[in-house]
Amino acid sequence: MTTKTLRTGTGLSLRFEPRAALCGLGLILLTLALGTVLVGTGDFPMTPGEVVDTLLGRGTAVQEFAVMELRLPRVLVAILVGGALALGGAVFQSVSRNPLGSPDVIGFGQGATVGALVVIVLFQGSAVATALGAVAGGVVTGAAIYLLAWKRGVHGYRLVLVGIGAAAMLTSVIHYLITKANLVDATRATVWMTGSLDGRDWTQFWPLLAVCCVLVPLVLGHGRALRMLEMGDDAAYALGVKVERTRIVLMASAVLLVAVATSAAGPIVFVSLSAPQLARRLTRAPGPNLAVSAVMGSALLLGADWIAGNAFGDRHLPVGVITGILGGCYLLWLLVSERKAGRL
Amino acid sequence: MSDRQQQRLAAESVTLAYEQRVIARDLSVEIPDHSFTVIVGPNACGKSTLLRALSRMLKPTQGRVLLDGQSIHSLPAKKVARTLGLLPQSSLAPDGITVADLVARGRYPHQGLLRQWSPEDERIVRESMESTGVAELADRFVDELSGGQRQRVWIAMALAQQTPLLLLDEPTTYLDIQHQIDVLDLCAELHETQGRTLVAVLHDLNHAARYATHLIAVRGGEVVAEGPPSEVVTAELVERVFGVRCQVIDDPETGTPLVVPAGRQARPRRNAAAQEPAQQPALRK
Repeated sequence: MTTKTLRTGTGLSLRFEPRAALCGLGLILLTLALGTVLVGTGDFPMTPGEVVDTLLGRGTAVQEFAVMELRLPRVLVAILVGGALALGGAVFQSVSRNPLGSPDVIGFGQGATVGALVVIVLFQGSAVATALGAVAGGVVTGAAIYLLAWKRGVHGYRLVLVGIGAAAMLTSVIHYLITKANLVDATRATVWMTGSLDGRDWTQFWPLLAVCCVLVPLVLGHGRALRMLEMGDDAAYALGVKVERTRIVLMASAVLLVAVATSAAGPIVFVSLSAPQLARRLTRAPGPNLAVSAVMGSALLLGADWIAGNAFGDRHLPVGVITGILGGCYLLWLLVSERKAGRL
Repeated sequence: MSDRQQQRLAAESVTLAYEQRVIARDLSVEIPDHSFTVIVGPNACGKSTLLRALSRMLKPTQGRVLLDGQSIHSLPAKKVARTLGLLPQSSLAPDGITVADLVARGRYPHQGLLRQWSPEDERIVRESMESTGVAELADRFVDELSGGQRQRVWIAMALAQQTPLLLLDEPTTYLDIQHQIDVLDLCAELHETQGRTLVAVLHDLNHAARYATHLIAVRGGEVVAEGPPSEVVTAELVERVFGVRCQVIDDPETGTPLVVPAGRQARPRRNAAAQEPAQQPALRK
């Protein structure tokens, strides 16, 4: 057995895969390193040492301003958004038993976008209203897809097919809304839709942190039950898992995580799709790998953000463009390999 | 409750239905403690439905299933899972899982968030793999095993759950005859050596008659007969339940009843041995 166990004298025990734990730790370090580099990057460059000093309160006033007011909140938002999207993706891929059963493929991103665009185009709403619209759009889409795919339990294929249909319909609604909009609103809508971390500050960070503080432990706490669910409903039931309740709690949490992340940074595509799969290939562990997936999502988004900001000379691209390109290639590869394996 | 001794698992005048389609009405059965009970019947007679109800996967629309005298649906899920195990007809082995890890999942109802793996868990998983003969396969991936080996692994997982009652839904389906016998021998051994109560749904009446200590024959959602195979399996019963004319003879291997169905017309064997006067087997009734 590759699994290791930690035991205390009082009868408590934790079971873990050493490789998965190592991967998780490595990714956390990578995330911290990327975060430090990103905080130091910009018109006013700082070395990682200076960044750390400033974070510890030993920087100059200018450094303090650049780090605490401008760059740190943006990086923290990226970490939470990446983690939330990846965790949501890991849950949905596990529940649907299909790597394509990912929130950005089955329409939640599009649903959140419709919610946000309705607020922007039809009501000329504020940024806060737009964010709330996105959350509402994501949650309504999630509920609708669940109800449409539900037939004595949710089954993987139906969820993916219904979701892809819903995504296509919602995309046309998005285009319709943009044609309805005047030039200013349409520009605002397009910027929102690309998915970007530019200009994110503490007002995006705190609500996001609050939601993650509730939902992340809730999802991780149900991780063991989710592992059992991967063996089929009957087997999980026989082992004493409350099948339908576990699934509803997990899916609702995942929908909320994705919706809130989308409301904070716009629809950043393919993080949900690729992070859990990358985590899985890295850890080589069966099961949903929830925690490692989440950290992978954070690291992925920070890495994409760094590429967006630095790889194209003076042009600073929105991060959504980079994740779109990377994820698109990944999706193609996934489709081809799933087809070869006869699962599609 | 009746005066006579209550068995641990029983269905009390249950009505079983999938949505509007009623499968069985007012059905009562008791599973004798420490028996190897086999439920038989033709396709779509409700035998798997009955097993699903006994394992609380299907909630009766009327009546109730009792586990140790209490309605099974009112008990906490994990508590039931520590008393009653089930080997479903089809389970999915997660990609890239090893035999030992899969069997270890059977310990789930005994574990908690902060008590994930005790030395006892480890011992029971090892014993479960040993008693099902998959200990040598512990580090192999489940995907690369043969059908028979895989079924043993699933049985090992159900054993690791350490339940006094174990239900098996058609455990021999999709296996060739060698592995069918292998799995049934294993079940009989678990029943005899570990004193567990086993309940299985089987398609093959002869397997049922050979291995069961208690037989429940179901047709059209009703229990037609129950008791030891030697009393229950008769030509009349087989015709009544399965609609097949047959002879019932002694199984030359075990002495248990053996059903030899009659074809639509007698087809004499064409080889030379058939020319000799056939040895007339002892007819039962």
